[in-house]
Amino acid sequence: MKITGAEALVKCLENENVKVVFGYPGAAICPFYDALLDSGIMHILTRHEQGAAHAASGYSRATDKVGVCAATSGPGATNLITGIATAYMDSIPMIAITGQVETGLIGRDVFQEVDITGATTPFCKHNYLVKDANDIPRIMKEAFHIASTGRPGPVLIDIPIDMQIQKIGFIYPESVNIKGYKPTYRGHLLQIKKVAEAVKNAQRPLICAGGGIISANASAELIELIEKCGIPVVTTLMGIGSIPSEHPMNLGMLGSHGSYGANNALYNADMLLILGARVGDRAMGAAHDIAKRAVIAHIDIDPAEIGKNIGTSIPVVGDIKESLKKLGEISTHGDKSHWIFKLEENVLKNQKHTEIKMESTTVNPGYFLDRLSGIIDEDTIITTEVGQNQIWAASHLRIMNPRTFITSGGLGTMGYGLPSAVGVKIGRPQAKVLSISGDGSFQMSLQELGTIKQYKLGVKIVLFNNSTLGMVRELQKLKYCGRYSAVILEDNPDFIKLVEAYGFTGERISSNEEIDGALDRMMENDGPYLLECMVDPEEPTL
Amino acid sequence: MAKHTLSVLVENHAGVLSRVAGLFSRRGFNIDSLTVGVTENPQVSRMTIVVDGDEYIVEQVSKQLNKLIDVIKIKQLDKADSVSRELVLLKVNADASTRSEIIQIVEIFRGNIVDVSKTTLTIEISGPTEKIEALVDMVRQFGIREIVRTGTIAIDRGNKIIEIDNT
Repeated sequence: MKITGAEALVKCLENENVKVVFGYPGAAICPFYDALLDSGIMHILTRHEQGAAHAASGYSRATDKVGVCAATSGPGATNLITGIATAYMDSIPMIAITGQVETGLIGRDVFQEVDITGATTPFCKHNYLVKDANDIPRIMKEAFHIASTGRPGPVLIDIPIDMQIQKIGFIYPESVNIKGYKPTYRGHLLQIKKVAEAVKNAQRPLICAGGGIISANASAELIELIEKCGIPVVTTLMGIGSIPSEHPMNLGMLGSHGSYGANNALYNADMLLILGARVGDRAMGAAHDIAKRAVIAHIDIDPAEIGKNIGTSIPVVGDIKESLKKLGEISTHGDKSHWIFKLEENVLKNQKHTEIKMESTTVNPGYFLDRLSGIIDEDTIITTEVGQNQIWAASHLRIMNPRTFITSGGLGTMGYGLPSAVGVKIGRPQAKVLSISGDGSFQMSLQELGTIKQYKLGVKIVLFNNSTLGMVRELQKLKYCGRYSAVILEDNPDFIKLVEAYGFTGERISSNEEIDGALDRMMENDGPYLLECMVDPEEPTL
Repeated sequence: MAKHTLSVLVENHAGVLSRVAGLFSRRGFNIDSLTVGVTENPQVSRMTIVVDGDEYIVEQVSKQLNKLIDVIKIKQLDKADSVSRELVLLKVNADASTRSEIIQIVEIFRGNIVDVSKTTLTIEISGPTEKIEALVDMVRQFGIREIVRTGTIAIDRGNKIIEIDNT
């Protein structure tokens, strides 16, 4: 029996066990939306296509499944772009389906036509323009395979409307064979032995754990290794959650906005083992100097990351989980307690004691997040926006499990936190989902409050309101002699009233003494909730 | 900066060339020349890319190209162990007084005269880049009106071939 291309698309999603699609319809994707009605797949209508892409990526990050988003041609497709690029930079598996104008009209600049495969090529793992509906099953099979294997990433499929209508015989392929895509999973044993040897010989070894640990689900292997060999760990922003915040060997986040403990360890290490991290400039700005001081070993599934930003003496291309398992097996027990003791001593010496006054006129965000950490359970999932809120969250929150700290690390996308929380809550309905935001980034995607209302999602929002674009203001204060340009958000709306219109419960606090009570009220409430904290614009991240 | 020649087997699809070219511009790599044509297998095309850069650049180019799903295999060709050719068409000023001198020069380079007019000669020459540069240099004095170059293609010497692993 022949079915339409659109029906085939839906069948492909069913074959891939897709339970939910985040999207926004339009003329060129209507056949797909029509076919979706007859399937068991849930559709979440976001309020903006960018929200759909972010929700799909949040869903992927929290569940380890492939999130799917859909949009129409032209502006629908271009609105997905920021979400696709966000997923790409953080290596998040995702499928984006876009409608396209009729095949015969491509290139004629007809209504809502845009070259979306051309536009997304630089920040997609791969993309397809369907030219024959008979290819749909193979393309979809390949797309899911490419998105979820190797170094994960987003794949876009652009489908002209006539391809959605064309009838085809449907057979879903069982396997894929792409000549140019064969990721290396098994790390070279000889190289792994060299890593073990280097760790053993080092006086001051250090592990840098990146987002690769989380995407490879390799936390258990990481913890086993460091406990066996006695190596302390620093994490990148994307690596937060790969090892519990409270693990005694976890020195925190490194980099320009990282902790003293982590950066001090990096500065003093004589051997650095980089695991699933791409040595981004925010994490390791002076990578060249680090390589002069320390022996560098790097394990990554993407060979192009090895040697890209830091000279590496021991490269290992392979799956982190497998490689760490092997490394753990062949490594000998080590005692690096002298090194760890020295690090702890340095941290103690440099500890700054800031006194928190309870009777204040603003909320101290760090203290707030410390208090929040004390009452959330280990399964609570945090999403962040980008800006000071992200850095405060990364530095203060107690994150105990992988996939519970969801943030736009690579692209640094403001307006990510709220829509990603939608995806997280859909994917993990039992978990408490908390979106940490600032008044700048919150307003970039606040239309998604409507999505939260429509689907009755108990998403909680913590809004740090300092009426400025705080991160940029801080930069202008430090690097531009305090000449503040376009960073004051004058005359913000009444956020409590705003969210109440969307069915949220809202509360505003402006002193530290109100924090505990307000947190209790928020956590007891199962519905959508916004807690607005008035923050001093002078409050820094550095 | 040294020139490096990469042979790249790619899927013979529409859009592959733009992916490869886009990668070069996005990553800030410099292409000296890029040629593409279908191979003995109609599903596969072969690109010859001449890159200007140091070892780091060439390694990065190869690794980033390898990440493209449509790229099947890459090999850096060793200059001494490969044969490279470029085809060039040159239109130079030539009248009765200079025509025979130009023809002599072209003969020395084993080129061909493929077209003639009252005021011009069109020369066809193929060979490695150095030979072509030398001819161009020799005929420059007559006045070059147009040059069209194909870019370098290259192949390994001996019985070595670039094979696709089908594992």
